[in-house]
Amino acid sequence: MARKPAAAKDAPANISKDDLLQYYRDMLLIRRFEEKAGQLYGMGLIGGFCHLYIGQEAVVVGLEAAAKEGDKRVTSYRDHGHMLACGMDPKGVMAELTGREGGYSKGKGGSMHMFSREKHFYGGHGIVAAQVPLGAGLAFADKYLGNDNVTFTYFGDGAANQGQVYETYNMAELWDLPVVFVIENNQYAMGTSVKRSTKSTSLFGRGAAFGIEGEQVDGMDVLAVKAAGEKAVAHCRAGKGPYILEVMTYRYRGHSMSDPAKYRTREEVQKMRDERDAIEHVRDLLLQGSHASEDELKAIDKEIKEIVNESAEFAKESPEPALDELWTDIYAADLPQGSAEENA
Amino acid sequence: MATEILMPALSPTMEEGTLAKWLKKEGDEVKSGDILAEIETDKATMEFEAVDEGILGKILIQEGSEGVKVNTPIAVMIEEGESADDIEASSSPASSGDAAPAESKAEPTPAASADAGPQTPSANASPDWPEGTKMKSMTVREALREAMEEEMSRDETVFLMGEEVGEYQGAYKISQGLLDKFGPRRVVDTPISEYGFAGIGTGAALAGLRPIVEFMTFNFAMQAMDHIINSAAKTLYMSGGQMGCPIVFRGPNGAAARVGAQHSQDYAAWYAAIPGLKVVMPYTAADAKGLLKQAIRDPNPVIFLENEILYGRSFEVPDLEDFTIPFGKARIARSGKDVTIVSFGIGMAHSLEAADKLAEEGIEAEVIDLRTLRPIDYGTVIESVKKTNRLVTVEEGFPVGAIGNHISAYVMENAFDWLDAPVINCTGKDVPMPYAANLEKHALITAPEVVEAVKKVTYK
Repeated sequence: MARKPAAAKDAPANISKDDLLQYYRDMLLIRRFEEKAGQLYGMGLIGGFCHLYIGQEAVVVGLEAAAKEGDKRVTSYRDHGHMLACGMDPKGVMAELTGREGGYSKGKGGSMHMFSREKHFYGGHGIVAAQVPLGAGLAFADKYLGNDNVTFTYFGDGAANQGQVYETYNMAELWDLPVVFVIENNQYAMGTSVKRSTKSTSLFGRGAAFGIEGEQVDGMDVLAVKAAGEKAVAHCRAGKGPYILEVMTYRYRGHSMSDPAKYRTREEVQKMRDERDAIEHVRDLLLQGSHASEDELKAIDKEIKEIVNESAEFAKESPEPALDELWTDIYAADLPQGSAEENA
Repeated sequence: MATEILMPALSPTMEEGTLAKWLKKEGDEVKSGDILAEIETDKATMEFEAVDEGILGKILIQEGSEGVKVNTPIAVMIEEGESADDIEASSSPASSGDAAPAESKAEPTPAASADAGPQTPSANASPDWPEGTKMKSMTVREALREAMEEEMSRDETVFLMGEEVGEYQGAYKISQGLLDKFGPRRVVDTPISEYGFAGIGTGAALAGLRPIVEFMTFNFAMQAMDHIINSAAKTLYMSGGQMGCPIVFRGPNGAAARVGAQHSQDYAAWYAAIPGLKVVMPYTAADAKGLLKQAIRDPNPVIFLENEILYGRSFEVPDLEDFTIPFGKARIARSGKDVTIVSFGIGMAHSLEAADKLAEEGIEAEVIDLRTLRPIDYGTVIESVKKTNRLVTVEEGFPVGAIGNHISAYVMENAFDWLDAPVINCTGKDVPMPYAANLEKHALITAPEVVEAVKKVTYK
């Protein structure tokens, strides 16, 4: 396989072998999980819309490495990777994809709408960019309650052209909200490339109009993402307000399962896979730094495959929700767990 | 172990497709992510990627085959060392049996859904406050301000945000004095960004705060509709009950005076259509206070529709330390035996005026103030109709898809035999609000129109 020699340098000194193995494991879990989801979709076990995260794994894994307990995250409909990266159970995620009782939303949310109070994951939102003010609102609550939590608010290059993003930038900076805006720039908003949708292609640079600092990050390099994440989080925790990370990444699959992806060449995709793949990058670091042997990595691959297969089995075996569920969870009788007291 | 590759469903609706081209041939090594084949659906030609690695042992469906059903085995993958000859037996087409999710055994029947859906509750005729309670005169404006002040004092997580709520003291002075009392942390002036701050408020509510989001008028809330409905109202359901959203969206709704089409609209029926929202539309100051306090304490998103013309009107309000009015409990504003008039919000002013007029002519109208439109107190309406046998509904909103339409349908289904005349819905006219004074007056519902409708249903 032709790989650019520059792709694998030695890992920085502050990154331990255990860290690298953890990133490898976490990214591989997302990749294998998504491949399995694609397979289950093909078998008709998953319905409707299903947006896979394959290719973008380093973004969430790098940023989770910069997060602490209590930090919140919210994202769009391309959300499976975010959930796995923040520690949600693959079984619960896969069972939601198949619309079963064992899913995170009891089968009532689907691929695009999952949540976890326990892991501070606030969805899973299907309307492009709606999660951006919601994320600022989560950060508003943390600031109001006087804790030092930060909210990671993920959105894509497509969402970056929605007006509510800029309403939110304005208020987030005005009120110094502790929110990291993560623009996952995978270069295509469904079929429209960034260049075909704006002349202002420096997406993080738009924050300057509101006084928000930011930077562009190599999203195929998990270590670069982690380092940028740590900087952004420190900025927020210091009470300096929001920070923008424009993470340059690439989605290998179509926008959703029914996208034939004719707006880019097969060669373009193949080139990214061959030369810039985030998982291969960490694999090279592990092997070249003699942190792990081929056999050890094979063992990890096997272990991940088992976790994913178990999640698929669970998702197939979990029953469909009881028909009574149609009528539950429309109104809350009391505040659910995890209200203000818990965040204080 | 040999594994079958099945014809994939490549879109939510695909049932079959054409296997256009194999990009791998028998004996080829396959890595996860390699493109195996091109498949044509009715919409597009899709690339079909391998999930597992192995060797493409045998192709079962040749390229060019049309009408290949989803889940038909199209090829078999083998591992190194295995022979393609071993797989003949295992590749029977029946093996796709476990692929489809189990069909629901029991579809919900209409009867079952009616059981779980809105019930016909009996009327709750208990008084809103104890008899003999001392009363004081108060405007709706003062009542709303007091409600917010009391709830903000009671619960630290309650805060107010919106345009001009703080330093300006409220565009309609509803929040007068609150900034001085609670400070800028809890009385938050926003820029003119309805979509944005409705979303920020919703996010804060998901995290456990209890925001009161003021819209300068509900006309501007159309810009925030997505967050009100998609983010606030639906998240509890979509999260399987995990994510509550205790938020109040409030502000003046409906026509003011001479402000033209874009600033004069009653949204009651719009919001009342949405499961997950609660919708309140008070008429009196006592209801405004008791219901707003209840709304702020409610763990769900509440739409609280006020009226600019009513802000300055005075009503008797109970002089109590702390009182709330439950949702879903209508108020019988006037008892009568000849006809039932059902209304809410400013429609009540026209209804009561009409009832006085009708009384002079010997027709005794029973006037019911719904107060909340989600939930609706159907029981009180049905009980009254069983007594009067006649029904007129009164509201300011447009006639198509009006609250009155819904009440009519409900009464027809549940009290048809008690009706002695067709139900009449009095509504605003089916036109954008005109500016000219005479035209505006004609576009709005008026007391004389209610009188006329009552005479029709009573055949007078």
